Amino acid sequence: MSALAAVPAALPATLASTGQTSGGEEALFWILAPIMVIAALGLLFARKSVHAALCLVVVMISLAFIYVAQGAVFLGVVQVVVYTGAIMMLFLFVLMLVGVDSADSLVETIRGQRWIGWLAGLGLVAVVVGVIGTAVYPNPVGVEEANEASNPVGIAHAIFADHVFAMEVVGSLLVTAALGALVLTHRRRLTTKRDQKQLADLRVAGGHHLAPLPAPGVYARHNAMDVPALDPFGNPIESSVPRVLRVRGQEADASEYAARIDRVLAGRSATEPPAGPDVEGEDDK
Amino acid sequence: MLTAAVAPVTADFSQETWWISVIKAVVLVVFLLTSVLFAIWFERKVVARMQVRPGPNVHGPFGLLQSLADAMKLLFKEDMTVTAADKIVYFVAPMIAVFCSLLTFAVIPLGPVVNLFGHQTPLQLTDFPVAVLYILACASVGVYGIVLGGWASNSTYPLLGSVRSTAQVISYELAMGLSLVSVFLVAGSMSTSQIVSSQTQIWWFIPLIPAFVIYVFSMVGETNRLPFDLPEAEGELVSGYMTEYSSMKFAWFFLAEYINMLNVSAVATTLFLGGWRAPWPISAINDGMFNHGWWPVLWFLVKLWAVMFFFVWVRGSVLRFRYDQFMKLGWKVLIPAALGWLVLVALVQGMRKFWEIDRSVLFGAAGVLVVFIVITAFLPERKKPEPPPPAKPEPFDAFAGGYPVPPLPGQVLPPSPRRDRQRASVGAQAQVASSPDAPSETDPTTPEVHGG
Repeated sequence: MSALAAVPAALPATLASTGQTSGGEEALFWILAPIMVIAALGLLFARKSVHAALCLVVVMISLAFIYVAQGAVFLGVVQVVVYTGAIMMLFLFVLMLVGVDSADSLVETIRGQRWIGWLAGLGLVAVVVGVIGTAVYPNPVGVEEANEASNPVGIAHAIFADHVFAMEVVGSLLVTAALGALVLTHRRRLTTKRDQKQLADLRVAGGHHLAPLPAPGVYARHNAMDVPALDPFGNPIESSVPRVLRVRGQEADASEYAARIDRVLAGRSATEPPAGPDVEGEDDK
Repeated sequence: MLTAAVAPVTADFSQETWWISVIKAVVLVVFLLTSVLFAIWFERKVVARMQVRPGPNVHGPFGLLQSLADAMKLLFKEDMTVTAADKIVYFVAPMIAVFCSLLTFAVIPLGPVVNLFGHQTPLQLTDFPVAVLYILACASVGVYGIVLGGWASNSTYPLLGSVRSTAQVISYELAMGLSLVSVFLVAGSMSTSQIVSSQTQIWWFIPLIPAFVIYVFSMVGETNRLPFDLPEAEGELVSGYMTEYSSMKFAWFFLAEYINMLNVSAVATTLFLGGWRAPWPISAINDGMFNHGWWPVLWFLVKLWAVMFFFVWVRGSVLRFRYDQFMKLGWKVLIPAALGWLVLVALVQGMRKFWEIDRSVLFGAAGVLVVFIVITAFLPERKKPEPPPPAKPEPFDAFAGGYPVPPLPGQVLPPSPRRDRQRASVGAQAQVASSPDAPSETDPTTPEVHGG
């Protein structure tokens, strides 16, 4: 696995000033490109939203590999840290709460969204084709020149010297957005917050059960939730059965369990039906 | 202190051949796997000593083979797959966790240039200008293993564990990244070899002690270790995201967790504790003899295991945090502190670089600031005004300002006439029901008794 990491070190001089890619980079592209296309199609056609998100993660990581192979080491790594590590993680955080078994509903709720989607997609294609078709490519200077003082330094010069205004504008937009999120989600506290000590005091003052309740189940024979636990004297503890079961009346019969213990103590089988009075009277047990 | 970031990477890989890279990679993987076996034994032994008991001492000398026996046991256990699981993701998740954890050590410098089979090569698989960011990237992808494993199990506790893990990673990685940035600023590089070579004069944990403390907090949070092991808190979530895993798949998660501990310890060593450099009195011996050749591997391992010991020490002595306390620590303490510290470091570095202010002036200013803070700490505090006595519950005006409004906290609703009527009618029914001849309608369904 660690061998994967050796790739970037060997790659700073891939894109030569002639504009030709090296053989290694070409091989990497032809391996990664089908994977990315399949993953991108998976993003479109996956039934479960988590699978779609995972396909997107695959695309992002493969893209990062290609960035690194092209000498944009910083961009590639930051792509993984920021997009895969933080943003997709936030997406997953929400998607996971949907659950494994539920596929997304395919009922369209917005009228005509299919046509709007097609139109918008075609428009995007037109724009991209137009831009690419009319673009004029300058002669490549080679990645060595761009990365002359190491790749991060080159990027720092581009961002903080050449494009500092755009950078500041984006920065202030982001700060504004973050503040907006804070303000919109802020909720005024109407009552004073009770800390742990106050809560504990309240519990003691209220006379509630302070320790956790005993767990249900007579462990030698049962671990069912509806079977009450037994106290040291063999009496069933009502409160060990969850309250919901008790309210619904789904609790197992506690008196039957107590009776079983009595029967075992009396030397008979626990499941023996409560027949008439015992004739032999094994009172030696 | 401020090194000009001209050369992207200090380590010289010019004599590297492909087979040297392969040897290094294989040695790293073997080193990590055996270190995990040792770490499990180490942890059990140290925790046992802290709890005044012997710990594993049966298999092999000092019980050293105990973790090998445990690993064998895990291998031969039944490999179960949950029926309702999302099969592919369930299977892939442990692999993601392990593979990503194995990637980090590729950029950790274990030593300076040595002679390996006639080739001069640094004791480091690779290095590039953004090596530390690469470590962060591997760590953040590795968490996908935990998150997906919990989700794919299709079970409540694992899902809760993985949701916790997501939130934990997002919040603690921020603090971790910010604390590392101050090292980048003073070292002038993000390449691990250059960060190590920038610590010739002083190890960064001394001038950057706040960043180091923040890093230590967040590295424990990042590796899901006590007191921050909330994704797998056994008292709350059985075993968190690993609950539905068994046999080898469980072992992979286990492996990933311990390799991650080694990873963050190695990062702490490299970035803050001088990397492979010998500690001060030793480094001065014989013109730095112990900083050359194979000696530095020893210092690196000593520092690595010192940090590992810290992990175990913390685990043995600190209780698990409550989840809200944990989140509060991350967002309200660590991240603001890291941001503030980063601004301070950036200011100081900027002053030194652009205004060429002398170091002694800066130290003097810092001293004055510290004295000022200490003096203000001794000033008597102004007494806070007594909080007003709690007001009596106000009568509730349901039409305050002419509109129907809900009651505010502290306001009491007037007695509801409808409830009184309901109570009265229920009371009358109960009286009828309790008469001896009436058939009992409140009899619950027949209680079930389990056989056996």
